[in-house]
Amino acid sequence: MTTATAHPTTAAKRNLPRLYLLETKYEFLKLWRLRAYSLSTLVFPVMFYLIFGSSFGGFSTQGIRVAAYLMVSYAAVGVINAAVFAFGAGVAGERGQGWMMLKRVSPMPASAYFTAKTLMAVMFSVLVLVALTITAFLLQGVHLPVLTWLKLLGTLAAGVLPFAALGLAFGYALGPNSAPTVLNLVNLPMTFVSGLYIPITQLPPFVQHIAPYLPAYHFGQLALTAIGAHPVGTVGHHLLALAAFTAVFLALFIRAYRRDEGRTYG
Amino acid sequence: MESEPITLPFTPTGQRAMSAAHRGAARANPAGRIVAELRGVRKHYGTVQALRGVDLQVRSGEVLALLGPNGAGKTTAVGLLLGLLKPTAGEVSLFGGDPSSTAAKVRVGAMLQISGVPATLKVREHLELFASYYPAPLSVARALELADLTEVADRPYGKLSGGQKQRVHFALALVGNPDLLFLDEPTTGLDVGARRAFWEQVRDFIGSGRTVVLTTHYLEEADALADRIVVVDHGAVIAEGTPAEVKSRTAGRRIHAVTSLGRDEVLALENVVSVERNGAALEILASHAEPVVLELLQRDPALRDLEVGGAGLEDAFLALTNRPQA
Repeated sequence: MTTATAHPTTAAKRNLPRLYLLETKYEFLKLWRLRAYSLSTLVFPVMFYLIFGSSFGGFSTQGIRVAAYLMVSYAAVGVINAAVFAFGAGVAGERGQGWMMLKRVSPMPASAYFTAKTLMAVMFSVLVLVALTITAFLLQGVHLPVLTWLKLLGTLAAGVLPFAALGLAFGYALGPNSAPTVLNLVNLPMTFVSGLYIPITQLPPFVQHIAPYLPAYHFGQLALTAIGAHPVGTVGHHLLALAAFTAVFLALFIRAYRRDEGRTYG
Repeated sequence: MESEPITLPFTPTGQRAMSAAHRGAARANPAGRIVAELRGVRKHYGTVQALRGVDLQVRSGEVLALLGPNGAGKTTAVGLLLGLLKPTAGEVSLFGGDPSSTAAKVRVGAMLQISGVPATLKVREHLELFASYYPAPLSVARALELADLTEVADRPYGKLSGGQKQRVHFALALVGNPDLLFLDEPTTGLDVGARRAFWEQVRDFIGSGRTVVLTTHYLEEADALADRIVVVDHGAVIAEGTPAEVKSRTAGRRIHAVTSLGRDEVLALENVVSVERNGAALEILASHAEPVVLELLQRDPALRDLEVGGAGLEDAFLALTNRPQA
């Protein structure tokens, strides 16, 4: 034991599963303990549901009750917030601090960092959906068959990816101080115009024309379709649009990452 | 040449502890393997030349200090050795390979100039996570102990004092049990007491033959920790040697005298590196004391209160970086 600690031997191997597990665990704890993050991701969607769900829950749209629509759309808002802020503001802040530089110097695999952030956002997605499912059931009697619920969960969790890419693109383009503000300014109008706060069909026609240019709209429509809503447009078209947005954001991220290299180390 | 003229009153100013030099004699191993190297490295940022052709070898078991003022290129050199930066020209190797390879990284620990790590994680959690990146890390308890953090192990990083945060950065550098430790300006912003305490921690950790690259603009720090000092200024190496060698080679002697001679006149003398007026007296830094003293006495027979002393590392550094005006 004592000689083993004197010098690392090249024979010793790292425990990679444990490394990824710890990275994910602490990524989650880091943000869970950050009230600004856990509140905006988990509490706000529930709060909005309490307000808007009680007001419009009895109507129906796209073939489902608004009470169910809003449960899905506020869960989508939670997923978008979780991903955009963890990747956007998180990465910008960690670059600014120099934490990213320390990680890059360490032998941590870069994939561990991104995997952990992705899994963390997925965990928050599960939490926000559970919270909204309970709220919607108690308040409006919304209940879904288990398989439908799981399909919804899968769709929401997959939605982490395009918004993680969006977050990365902004996180690398923006400074650590401006990132949270700019992301809020982007996120709130984007989710609203996409019909995630108020059903898309209730928004003025010109807003409905803007929505297809926003990734949150396509994500929202896919999530609604998962519980049996009649989609505006087709599922294939929404999938294609999201894939295109993801590709563009990733390309922007890679460009900014390359430009950044050698300047702030991040 | 170097002997003191014993007839003159003598004030030793180079009395700083020789512990580093002694330790150096015991540790320095000129034949040691090269663990990190810059060969003819240039690094430009746009039109700014951060390094202009630097050769640097770090040998196994030595404590090497890169000493120089802010903006000298020290941090750029460290960034290159760690694989964070790519050289504009020249070659960089770490453990004989690419500095950004995992094989090299698992043998290195680094304390860099960062403003912080995530505030909501506890000290113990940060160390547990970082330890998992390495094949044969120290135990978290040992790292806490070495960095004197045991008492605050369960406190979130954000609730620590500045000195404690600095020690967390140190603990993150050593928890991987590295063969080569980089300390980039490790005590910037610490008070004198905290700085000395930190040196003790570094000495404890490196006692077992680890290799260290330290950058600092505190001369005392280089003197206290290093076996070998490389003085860097304006992106180039301008001197190199043990702390004692750097002192003797570059700065010679400090001469103090009350004289009517003008500052500029004395500065123009041969062997004079710098002159400062201190009330009625001049403080003269000379590469060789004897010819300067002779010249001073010839020019001003009324000269009095003459003292000659060894120059400290600080003087050597000043002499090296503020090159004498011709």
